[in-house]
Amino acid sequence: MIDRMKRAFGPEVPGLLGFLMLVVVIFGVTAPNFLTGANLGSIAFQLPELGILTLAMLIPIISGGFNLAIIYTANMAGLTLAFVLMQFGGVEAGIGPFLLGIVLALGVGALSGAAMGAVIAYVGAHPILVSLAMMIFLRGLGEFLTKGGDISGFPPYLATLGHGSVLGIPVPLILFGLCAVAWHVLLTRTRHGFAARMIGSNLKAAAYSGVHAKRTLVLIYTLSGVMCAIAGILMLSRFNSVRVGHGEALLLVTVLACFLGGVDPFGGFGRVVPVVIALVVLQVLSSGLNLLGANQHLSTAVWGLFLVGVMILRWGAGRWKERQRGRG
Amino acid sequence: MPDVTDAPPAIRFSHVSKVFGGVKALRDVPFEVGQGEVHCLAGENGCGKSTLIKIITGVYQPETGAEMDLFGERLSAITPTIARQKGIAVIWQDLALFAEMTVAENIAFETMLGNRPRFVDYAALRAKAEAALARLDVTLDLDARLGTLPIAQRQVVAIARALVGEARLIFMDEPTASLTQAETDALLAVVRTLSARGVAVVFVSHRLAEVLEISSRVTVLRDGRLVGVYPTEGMTQARLTELMTGKTFDHQVMARETSADPVMLEVAGLSRKGEFRDVSFVLRRGEVLGLTGLIGAGRTELAHVLFGMTQAEEGRVLLDGREMRFASNRDAVAAGVAYVSEDRLALGLIQPQSISDNAVLSVLRRITGRAGLLSPKAQDDLVAHWVRELAVKIGQPGDAVSTLSGGNQQRVVLAKWLATEPKVLILDCPTVGVDVGARAGIFRIVRDLAAKGLAILLISDEVSEVHVNADRVLHMAGGRIVGEYDPRQTTLPELEAAVYA
Repeated sequence: MIDRMKRAFGPEVPGLLGFLMLVVVIFGVTAPNFLTGANLGSIAFQLPELGILTLAMLIPIISGGFNLAIIYTANMAGLTLAFVLMQFGGVEAGIGPFLLGIVLALGVGALSGAAMGAVIAYVGAHPILVSLAMMIFLRGLGEFLTKGGDISGFPPYLATLGHGSVLGIPVPLILFGLCAVAWHVLLTRTRHGFAARMIGSNLKAAAYSGVHAKRTLVLIYTLSGVMCAIAGILMLSRFNSVRVGHGEALLLVTVLACFLGGVDPFGGFGRVVPVVIALVVLQVLSSGLNLLGANQHLSTAVWGLFLVGVMILRWGAGRWKERQRGRG
Repeated sequence: MPDVTDAPPAIRFSHVSKVFGGVKALRDVPFEVGQGEVHCLAGENGCGKSTLIKIITGVYQPETGAEMDLFGERLSAITPTIARQKGIAVIWQDLALFAEMTVAENIAFETMLGNRPRFVDYAALRAKAEAALARLDVTLDLDARLGTLPIAQRQVVAIARALVGEARLIFMDEPTASLTQAETDALLAVVRTLSARGVAVVFVSHRLAEVLEISSRVTVLRDGRLVGVYPTEGMTQARLTELMTGKTFDHQVMARETSADPVMLEVAGLSRKGEFRDVSFVLRRGEVLGLTGLIGAGRTELAHVLFGMTQAEEGRVLLDGREMRFASNRDAVAAGVAYVSEDRLALGLIQPQSISDNAVLSVLRRITGRAGLLSPKAQDDLVAHWVRELAVKIGQPGDAVSTLSGGNQQRVVLAKWLATEPKVLILDCPTVGVDVGARAGIFRIVRDLAAKGLAILLISDEVSEVHVNADRVLHMAGGRIVGEYDPRQTTLPELEAAVYA
């Protein structure tokens, strides 16, 4: 069964699940309120923002690149929706303007991603530099448009999106689940996902094999931008406000989650399921430590230690496997 | 060659064995090289050549029972430091030089290590580098950045660096693999100079035709055992191949009469500035057309145009009677042209990815099922089919393609392109890095494909390869087709004389 799990979802999954269970058991014993509905519910509401942003980071990394602009792309999309709602009466805005705003927000996300993808693919500039430029551009533009402040005061039905539940499952969690399934299918069952992995390992060899590498790159960053926009819309509805710097601290946490989930930092390898499990582990760690009365900053420190620990474990497992093979 | 009888041999080893986790890499092997001798160490990949060198240089320790004499001195153990002090140097194929540093720095930087005070004395460094190059009778710009030099000159830099370290025995790993004929000749001249000054040189290779003439003896290993030590006098590449593989190969010319077969590809007056000029030929259904010439003759550039990677400025390409203008290689693949790159490591395969994913990369549409989703089952079936068809030896289809041997990797490349159902298959040096034994298997596949009607353009810098396997041979030089030969009417020496002239 473990072998089937590895083949379907990646070799990282059994180890990560084991680790998740260990963390849950430890906190279940030590932190009295850990296994309560309230705590699990709060995890379920906190996870999706970080999760969707991590998905936005995931495919550029798999393609051998990076997207530093995810947070500002998300907030720019959120601002777009906010502007539309404000134009149509703010708190009184109807569902029509809301849908229009969603479409425009997704469009802004896609445009930001497509612009980065085009420069990376056709100019050949390094993804870190291109996305850094986009990040700074969007931050400046956003601060200019909002004069550095918040926009708030949205129709009440937005709260359903951010805080509601369907059949006991938080709406944000459902949204994240749908996004994760879409990404899993994209990476494992579509030609573009396949091409993204191959480009991540060796762009030139993939191009020699007839892969339209440049078009694939543009598409990858466009999709990443769309995912950012979804995260931005969710953040807007959770906080009932938008500010261009919302969630800045999450940028590097998304990278952390990708690497914990076994994504190859040099591109070519990475799967959605282990990354999702890694996200759950991170969220559980932080919430468990919180319940034990630890400082919020301490839990960030524990995340860092956790990544180092996982890398050492992987190194050890690699050595062990090599020994098993018997030859040096 | 200096007299080797008086002086003790540079190296005299016997009963050398090495076991890795139960696998016997070397079994009771002797090895001897005289001072100033030029020696060949031959064998297929995995025969134990590298293990032997690593024992001689102290990287590995042999099993007990080995007797090791260096320059007449019995040693109980060799460490890398001892090997260096004794003057043993290895020039690996990748040369291990610093591309960003100058020629002088590359040659002499090691002599500056451990200096007190810790400053670099550039004048002394230049003087040492200059002296080392002078010993080789070579002049190079000492201030040139190494990365700007051609491979052949970098090799000379590596040799000079060994001389600065007072090397008396230099191993050269596959030294001629990426050299043109002129560069090889220049290298051989340097080796002669070294030999005359008492420095022994051991060529380590499985492609030895060029170096046989200046070596005195050849040691052949197979499966970790000594096959024998032979004088090179009268040794041929064919005989050497038999010794290395333990099999006899049919060197009979395979050419058939193809002039009546329908034309599949017609190239007329094709030119691309700075690469090739006025190239015209026809390639028929079921024909293997050889294209040979020295490196830099424009062969790969021509292949790139035929495959749509670059575009010609003049001339026409007709595929199956229709004029083609490929804007990209995707157009070429769609039209039925497949191209096996000469650089399998960097361009032919995506090394870290799986055998299965590599095999289907060029035919993703074929494994796309309903709803536009890839079908894992269709992928598994397609891979299983080609693994069977081409007899690829693999562990699991999910293993990284880099775990395969060169010959099996090349079969995966072939599978990838044959899956596109091409009409024209361009093979660019398909046996680079493939063992001699495995080459015969690759060419058997090529002949089978031709028999099924595929038109094949076989590019190779090994004249013997095209002579044996092609129906007709084109000779390209300086960007032009300068001759056409029928292997049935031209002997190999005649053809080689024409190409290497």
